[in-house]
Amino acid sequence: MSELFRRSSAILWKDLLTETRTRQGFTAMLSFSALVLLLFSFAFGPDAALLARLSGGLVWVAIVFTGTLSLGRAFQSEELAGGAQLLRLYPGDVRALYLGKLAGNFLLLAALETLLFPAAAILFGAEFGPHAPGLAFVALLGTLGFSVIGTFFAALTVHLRARELLLPILLFPALVPVVLGSVGATDAMLAGDPLGRASGWLRLLAAYDVIMFVVCVWIFPIVLEE
Amino acid sequence: MQKILGLLSIVSVAAGTAIGLFVVRADALQGEVQRLLYVHVPTAWIAMLSFFVVFLMSTLYLVQRKLKWDLVAAASVEIGVLCTALTLILGWLWGRATWGAGGGWTWDPRVTTTAVLLLVYVGYLVVRSMSEDPEQRARWSAVIGVIAFVQVPIVYLSVFWWRSLHQPPSSPRSMASGIGLTMMLNFAAYTIAFTYLLIRRYKLAQQELALELAGPEAEL
Repeated sequence: MSELFRRSSAILWKDLLTETRTRQGFTAMLSFSALVLLLFSFAFGPDAALLARLSGGLVWVAIVFTGTLSLGRAFQSEELAGGAQLLRLYPGDVRALYLGKLAGNFLLLAALETLLFPAAAILFGAEFGPHAPGLAFVALLGTLGFSVIGTFFAALTVHLRARELLLPILLFPALVPVVLGSVGATDAMLAGDPLGRASGWLRLLAAYDVIMFVVCVWIFPIVLEE
Repeated sequence: MQKILGLLSIVSVAAGTAIGLFVVRADALQGEVQRLLYVHVPTAWIAMLSFFVVFLMSTLYLVQRKLKWDLVAAASVEIGVLCTALTLILGWLWGRATWGAGGGWTWDPRVTTTAVLLLVYVGYLVVRSMSEDPEQRARWSAVIGVIAFVQVPIVYLSVFWWRSLHQPPSSPRSMASGIGLTMMLNFAAYTIAFTYLLIRRYKLAQQELALELAGPEAEL
């Protein structure tokens, strides 16, 4: 177990080091998500009240879009540089590769969200500030679910033709409970949670996160076979 | 054997359709449009059955690594996608008249989940078409077949919480006896037809695989 943890952290450390030295991924993700938020503002017009009402859903769609783009990079960088083969050949459980990449995707997306939520609050006039602790918890569960499923499908599609297209095709249907749960909990909290709905959505999110994590960890070695 | 099964499916589906259209009286409340259910409910059942077969065959493939299980799974997906699309179209026609939902889309959990189901297995077929190596294709397909089966019940639950409109599933007990019997007949007829189609598609897939393995020269 500790061996698995050590290997996963090594993968995570390598990816984080590459990212902090180049900042390629994060800068691109940040500008992409800002553009998505701007496009939403244009598409739904200057009606400030409407934008504030939709803000929960819009933020989560922006997160899903940006996250999907960055997922493609998770396994591709090694595929291009030729290190993927070597990573697979290392002795030990290949699940470390999944866990390390999963943690990397999660941290990258979480870092983005700390900027995205305030930006959306300003652009859409949404009341995120007063509900920050609750929203942070929603974001934690939602981002975890996204990363669990996304990292798995990214590994599955990395060797396919037209993977940029296939990843969202496989990923988005699997994300339905994550999106519904995250948006449901976010909206309920923004409305002051008069009906006590937020906790139900959070439980759904947590349950789905756990189930998908177990299934993905279980079958990941099959995905990586040559 | 296969010929008998084929004949049996034609006869039973034709009989079920004829009885549903002409022999049984239409439901007093829903009117003639209720006859659509004799096709809608059995196709929905076949869709569920075929995706369950996909799950079983995918698991079998991952355990035994025999390509034949992958071919059965792929055959079953194709029938399932066809039946899911039919279920959606027929259900939409029926719902227009009965739910008074107009010509639009209803965000009912079962309708929405069925649409998601369709997209998941269309994705399965797209992945198959994008991969050349039979072993790799089988492995990726099996993984999707297993994971899709896990996610769909939770998709249903989440959409159910989101909003609900669909009536509880009809069971033979909640229906008049003539309607119930006709429904049962159609269930049997469509299941026989499913078995026949699955066998035929599987045999075709075997030939396709043999051709693929023989290489491009053999196609000339």
